[in-house]
Amino acid sequence: MAETTIEEVKPKKKEALFSKKNRRILTDPLDGDNPITVQVLGICSALAVTAQLKPSLVMSIAVIFVMVGSSVLTSLLRNTIPPRIRIVVQLAIIATFVILVNELLLAFVYDTAKDLGAFVGLIITNCIVMGRLEAFAMANKPWPSFLDALGNAMGYAIILLLVAFFRELLGSGTLFGLKVFPESLATNGLMLYSSGACIVVGVLIWAQRSFNGYREDA
Amino acid sequence: MELISIAIRSIFVENMIFAYFLGMCSYLAVSKNVKTAVGLGMAVIFVLTMTIPINYLIYNYVLKKDALASIFGPGIDLSFLMLIVFIAVIASFVQLTEMIVEKFSPALYGALGIFLPLIAVNCSILGGALFMLGKPYTLGQATVFGLGSGIGWLLAVVALAAIREKIKYSNVPPPLRGLGITFILVGLMSFGFLSFLGFSI
Repeated sequence: MAETTIEEVKPKKKEALFSKKNRRILTDPLDGDNPITVQVLGICSALAVTAQLKPSLVMSIAVIFVMVGSSVLTSLLRNTIPPRIRIVVQLAIIATFVILVNELLLAFVYDTAKDLGAFVGLIITNCIVMGRLEAFAMANKPWPSFLDALGNAMGYAIILLLVAFFRELLGSGTLFGLKVFPESLATNGLMLYSSGACIVVGVLIWAQRSFNGYREDA
Repeated sequence: MELISIAIRSIFVENMIFAYFLGMCSYLAVSKNVKTAVGLGMAVIFVLTMTIPINYLIYNYVLKKDALASIFGPGIDLSFLMLIVFIAVIASFVQLTEMIVEKFSPALYGALGIFLPLIAVNCSILGGALFMLGKPYTLGQATVFGLGSGIGWLLAVVALAAIREKIKYSNVPPPLRGLGITFILVGLMSFGFLSFLGFSI
């Protein structure tokens, strides 16, 4: 009897850094709870920047940085933020990190930053960041918030890179700017337009849901 | 004439949804039926038309390089504050609108209620402000650009909502139902909008 009670108390005292629950927080958003294909957050940039792989990669890294930073900061401040003005506070936190990223990109990868243009600024209104702050970081400790932000940002990055892979391959016959298909093979210019992006995302969702059996009644 | 041309361009040729994918999240979320789509579309038009001129004035008379030269002398460049100022203007304007509407027109508030706060994080508003900077517009032209972009957004969301109401009666493969088929629909619609690309007035 005494042993069982000790066992029950023990895990509550101090949760391991990578306990089962924390691992779930990190890996769920990669597939079953993916921010783009299941939660429908952050679609705008997923479609707009994915004509080429390189800007998509830069964009993914930027989003990972902004999400992790703002999630941890929000989580640290969660008890001091007044609920009525929390949206403005969250936007200010996110905007601070986005400005940092923007200045860094302009300093080190100027050309790609110019390609991305307004879309780096639009990370502020990327609903993934806001959504996770509101749904998770406002109610949890910094470490789980860090994992949640990282997981969701990675889930976002995976979809972004997949879409960019297909769009660049079919649209310009290249990968990271390197020629893959011979010149004689005609490229599908439609893939470079927004309509191509939508159809690629639609088909990806179709494939993902066929595999994991997620269904939606619509 | 110039203004009409800008309006047509921003409604059809450079449609917020079909050319730039801005405001997609709320676009997909509210396009389940036509009535809510019209509600949010109206709110977007209003907020875009009001915040774009405000942001235009702030950018050109406060943030731009040497805009404050007459007061503090030359060499002051505050444009790195652009993002945080723009989003603050948008968020506070949305909050303000919400309070005013709640006070003076409870019926309209009931209709728009949930949508107004959503607009603060609708990327088409901030996107409109950022795109406006890349174009050599005057104040009047920027306002028309805001109005046109809003109308374009309304047009897109109502059209998609109507199609989605119809598609309920079709036999879509189960994994494709909901989000998947919606994306493909948007793709086909934006394919249609590509035909406006060559227009110039």
